[in-house]
Amino acid sequence: MPAVSKGDGMRGLAVFISDIRNCKSKEAEIKRINKELANIRSKFKGDKALDGYSKKKYVCKLLFIFLLGHDIDFGHMEAVNLLSSNKYTEKQIGYLFISVLVNSNSELIRLINNAIKNDLSSRNPTFMCLALHCIANVGSREMAEAFASEIPRILVAGDTMDSVKQSAALCLLRLYKTSPDLVLMGEWTSRVVHLLNDQHMGVVTAAISLITCLSQKNPDEFKTCVSLAVSRLSRIVSSASTDLQDYTYYFVPAPWLSCKLLRLLQCYPPPEDGAVKGRLVECLETILNKAQEPPKSKKVQHSNAKNAILFEAISLIIHYDSEPNLLVRACNQLGQFLQHRETNLRYLALESMCTLASSEFSHEAVKTHIETVINALKTERDVSVRQRAADLLYAMCDRSNAKQIVAEMLSYLETADYSIREEMVLKVAILAEKYAVDYSWYVDTILNLIRIAGDYVSEEVWYRVIQIVINRDDVQGYAAKTVFEALQAPACHENMVKVGGYILGEFGNLIAGDPRSSPLVQFNLLHSKFHLCSVPTRALLLSAYIKFINLFPETKATIQEVLRCDSQIRNSDVELQQRAVEYLKLSSIASTDVLATVLEEMPPFPERESSILAKLKKKKGPGAVSVTDLEDSKREGGELNGGGDRGPDTSSTPSPSADLLGIRAGPPVGTAPTSAGSLLVDVFSEAGPAAPSAAVHDDGFLRFVCKNNGVLFENQLLQIGIKSEYRQNLGRMYLFYGNKTSVQFASFATTVSCPGELQKPQLNVQTKPVEPLVEGGAQIQQVLNIECLTDFSDAPLLNIKFRYGGALQNLTLKLPVTINKFFQPTEMSSNDFFQRWKQLSQPQQEAQKIFKANHSMDTEVLKAKLLGLGAALLDNVDPNPENYVSAGVIQTKGQQVGCLLRLEPNAQAQMYRLTLRCSKDSVSRRLCELLAQQF
Amino acid sequence: MQFMLLFSRQGKLRLQKWYVPLSDKEKKKITRELVQTILARKAKMCSFLEWRDLKIVYKRYASLYFCCAIEEQDNELITLEIIHRYVELLDKYFGSVCELDIIFNFEKAYFILDEFLLGGEAQETSKKNVLKAIEQGDLLQENQSADWGGLPRDELL
Repeated sequence: MPAVSKGDGMRGLAVFISDIRNCKSKEAEIKRINKELANIRSKFKGDKALDGYSKKKYVCKLLFIFLLGHDIDFGHMEAVNLLSSNKYTEKQIGYLFISVLVNSNSELIRLINNAIKNDLSSRNPTFMCLALHCIANVGSREMAEAFASEIPRILVAGDTMDSVKQSAALCLLRLYKTSPDLVLMGEWTSRVVHLLNDQHMGVVTAAISLITCLSQKNPDEFKTCVSLAVSRLSRIVSSASTDLQDYTYYFVPAPWLSCKLLRLLQCYPPPEDGAVKGRLVECLETILNKAQEPPKSKKVQHSNAKNAILFEAISLIIHYDSEPNLLVRACNQLGQFLQHRETNLRYLALESMCTLASSEFSHEAVKTHIETVINALKTERDVSVRQRAADLLYAMCDRSNAKQIVAEMLSYLETADYSIREEMVLKVAILAEKYAVDYSWYVDTILNLIRIAGDYVSEEVWYRVIQIVINRDDVQGYAAKTVFEALQAPACHENMVKVGGYILGEFGNLIAGDPRSSPLVQFNLLHSKFHLCSVPTRALLLSAYIKFINLFPETKATIQEVLRCDSQIRNSDVELQQRAVEYLKLSSIASTDVLATVLEEMPPFPERESSILAKLKKKKGPGAVSVTDLEDSKREGGELNGGGDRGPDTSSTPSPSADLLGIRAGPPVGTAPTSAGSLLVDVFSEAGPAAPSAAVHDDGFLRFVCKNNGVLFENQLLQIGIKSEYRQNLGRMYLFYGNKTSVQFASFATTVSCPGELQKPQLNVQTKPVEPLVEGGAQIQQVLNIECLTDFSDAPLLNIKFRYGGALQNLTLKLPVTINKFFQPTEMSSNDFFQRWKQLSQPQQEAQKIFKANHSMDTEVLKAKLLGLGAALLDNVDPNPENYVSAGVIQTKGQQVGCLLRLEPNAQAQMYRLTLRCSKDSVSRRLCELLAQQF
Repeated sequence: MQFMLLFSRQGKLRLQKWYVPLSDKEKKKITRELVQTILARKAKMCSFLEWRDLKIVYKRYASLYFCCAIEEQDNELITLEIIHRYVELLDKYFGSVCELDIIFNFEKAYFILDEFLLGGEAQETSKKNVLKAIEQGDLLQENQSADWGGLPRDELL
C-alpha cells in the first residue's frame, strides 16, 4: 500500500527527528533538545494564538522528546486543547500525549474527563473509540470514577458500532483491573456473557478477555459462559480453514479467539452437563488430532498458531485432571515436542510436562521421557531451556528414579549457570531427603552438594544433614568417615568444614580406630582449615575441639596448647575469646566425669514422643516451645516430606547457632525439660473447621487465646499453621503457609499491619518478605518477631495475596497475638494472693463478667485452658475448691502489670463468674473480654 | 500482556507501551534490564524467558527487537504471533516497513497498536479491520514520500 500517506505532513517534526539522529554525541543531542524545548516554550507562551496544526506538531515533538527518555513538564494544557479539536488527527495526537504522559494534576484531569465525556456522547464512532482508548491506556482511579458506570451501557447498547463495543469491552477490563470496586456489572452480566455469541468475531475476541477476568473473580455469576464458550469453540475447531475469512491466520481458524476460549474454560471445573462436556471433549480430541496432521503451510506462523491452541488445550486437560485418555495423549504429544527442532517447542513442552507430572494419571507417562529430559539438561544450548529440563526432572522424581535424577542434577551442577545454582542445590537437597532409602546415600549426596556448590548451600541444608546424622545412629560412622575423607581435599568449602567440625566433634570416635584417622590426625586436619575460616566457623571448630578433649583425652595437651595461644585467648572477637577462655578453663579444672557430662553427645533432635508430651501437659510455663509441636503443625500443613517412612527424624527447626554446646542465645533445641511447650489438648478444635472467605477472618483468633500452636486458617487452597513462643515481652511466631493444591501459587506476598491503637505503637511486629512462589503441595515458613511495648487490645492483621491459576486471592486474618501471651506465671500462697487481691480494690482495677458456659465445664478442660492462658494456676488458694485462681505478671517493655484472676463455675446453672484484678485497668478489661469467650 | 517494547540492535528504544501503571523510573529500569538481557542472547536461543514473575516473549525482525511481557497463565506462542501480526500491520500500512518508518512515524506505530491491542489484550485480530480503522483517520492527510533523505531501508519483513 505504498500510496498511503506516511505522516500527516509534519515536516518540522521529521526535520527535528533527523537532527536528533544526526547528533554525534549525547551532549549534542541534549543541546539540540534544549534548543527545541526553548523554542516550543516560547511558541506556547507567545502572544500569537497557535493554530491546531502547530499545536499538534509541537505536542508531537514533546512526545518524541519524552519517549527519548527526557523529562517533560509542560505541554499538557496544549494537548488538552487538542482534545476538543474537530480534526481527527489533532484529537488523536492530543489523546496520545495524554495517554503517554499521564498527569495527576486534578484541574487537568477535570478538563480531560470533560473532553472524553464529550467524545463518548458524540455518537461519532471514531471519536468514541479514541476516548475509550485513552481511558484504557490511562486506566486511573479518577477515570474509573468518572466512566465506570457509563461504559457497560455503551458495551451492551443495541445501536453501538462493533468497533466501539470492542474498545468498550477492553476499556472496562482495564478499569476493572485497577478499580474492581467501581466496576459493577450487576444487571449487565447476562448481556455481557452473551457477547460470546456475537456475530462479529472481533467483538467476541475483545469481550472474552473481559469475561475471563470477571469470571475469575465471580465464577458463579458468569458460569453460563461455559456452555456458550464450548459451542463457540466447537464451531471454530470444526470449521474449514477458510470459513472465517480474515480471522483465519495462516490457515488456522481464529487462533487468538480459540486460545482465549480455552483459557476461559480453565476458570471452571469440567462442565456438569453431559452434552456440553461431550462436545468439549470432542473439541479437545480434534485439537490433538490436528497436531498429527501434516501442516498446511511451512511457515512458522502456521505451526505457532496451531500449537498455541494445542498448548492451551493441554492446559485445560491438565486443569480438569479427570480424563486419563486425554492426559496420556497430551503427554505423548509433548513427548514428540521434546525432540522437535524448534527450541521454542522444546521449551514449552518441558514446561507443560512439569504440570502433567503432578497428575496421578500422567505421572507414569511423563516418567518414560526421563532419558530425553536428562539429555536436554546436558545438551541444550540455552540456559532457559536447561532450567526447564531441571524443573521437569524435579517434578517427575519419585522413589523409583530418585538416584538417577539426583546424580544427573549433581553432575549438572558442576557446570550449571550461576543464576540457577542455589535453586538447584535446594532441589537436590529436597529430593535426596525425600526419597532417601539408605542414609549413606543421603549423606553422600549432601556432601557432594557442598563440594560442588558450597557457596550455594544455605544454612538450612547443612543444618539438616547434621540433624539427620545425629538422629540416626546407623549412619553416624559412615558420615564421620565420609566427611573426614572430604576434608582431605586441599581446598574445601567452609560449609564442609562446618559439617566436618560438627560431625567429627560428635562422632569422630567412630573412626578413630583406624590409624589413618586417629584422633590427632582428625584434629590436625580440622585445625589446618581453621585459619582460613570465618568467625562463626572458627567458633564451631573451638567447640569441636573441646568435644575432642572429652572424646580423646590424648589430644588434650595439643588442644589446650591451641586454646592457650594468644590468637585464641586474646582474640579480638568476643565470642572466640570467650570460648577459648572457657573451654581452656573447663578442660583444666573439670574432672573427667564432669567433662563427660557437660560434653555429652548431642541428644537426638526432638521427635514425636508421648512421654515429653505428657510432661508438657502437666507443667506448662509461658515462653518456650517444643519442636515436636512444631512438627505437628508442619505435618498438618502438608510438609514436603510429610508422610515419608523415614522414621521419627523429621524435626526441621535447626538450632539458631547450630552450636555444639548450645551456648549461643536461643532455646536449646533438644533439651526438652526446660522448653516447656504449650501442647495443650486441643480443646477448641471442634470449634472451627474451614473458615469462609470473608473480609477479615477472626474466627481462628479466639481459638488461640489459650494455645500457641495449631491451624489458624484453612480453605480449599491454603492452610496456615501457627507456632509461637513468648518470653518476657518478646515473642516469635512461625507461620506456615501450605499450598494444598497441585498448582503453584505465584506472587505470594504477606503483610503484617498493626491497625488502630497498635500503631501508637503498642506492639512492634517485624518480619521478612516470603518467597513469591509456593509450589503445589509445598509449604513455606515466615517468622514474625513481636515486641510488646505496652498493653494492647487490638490484634495485628495478616494480609495474604497470591495468584492461583490466574485468579488473585486475597485474605486478611487477625493474628492471635493477645496480651496474655506476655504472662509470666507467679506462684504465691493463699495469704499473699488475698492480700494482693485486696490491694487491687479500686473499682476500675476490677473487671467482672457473668456468662453462660459455651463449652464443657470439665475440670481438666478448664485447667488446661487456664494453664494455656499463661498465668500460674494456684492450688489451695481459694477456700472453695470448685473455684480457680491464677496469678501472673504481664511483661511489656514499659512496665509490668500484675494480674489476678478468679473463675467461679456454677455447674448447676451452667454459668461462670469471672473476675480479674490487675494493676492496670485496661488490662483487666481486655483479659476479661478475651477470657469470657473461652469457657 | 503487561507491556511491549520495541528496540534496536543498538539498544535504542523505539516504542514502549505499558498496560500496567508503573513509575517512569521503574519503566526505565525494566527497559534497561530487558534490553540488556535480550541483546545478550544468541540467535538460535528460545524466544521465551522467565523474568521476575513474568514471561518474556521476544522476536527479532531485521534490526528491531519486539519484546512482550506476559503473565504466568498467558500463552507464549500466541504472543509470538501477536508480535508477528503487529509487524504485518506495520508492513502493510507503511509498505515494506523498516525501522526508520517507526522512528519517523512513531505516532502512527502507536495508533496502529492501539487499534490492535487495548489494555494489553487483542482487540481486533483481523488485519483488514485494523487497517480500515487507521486509514479512516488518514483520509484527510496529505501524501508524503517515504524517502528518509537517502537513508538505507532495512525492511523488517
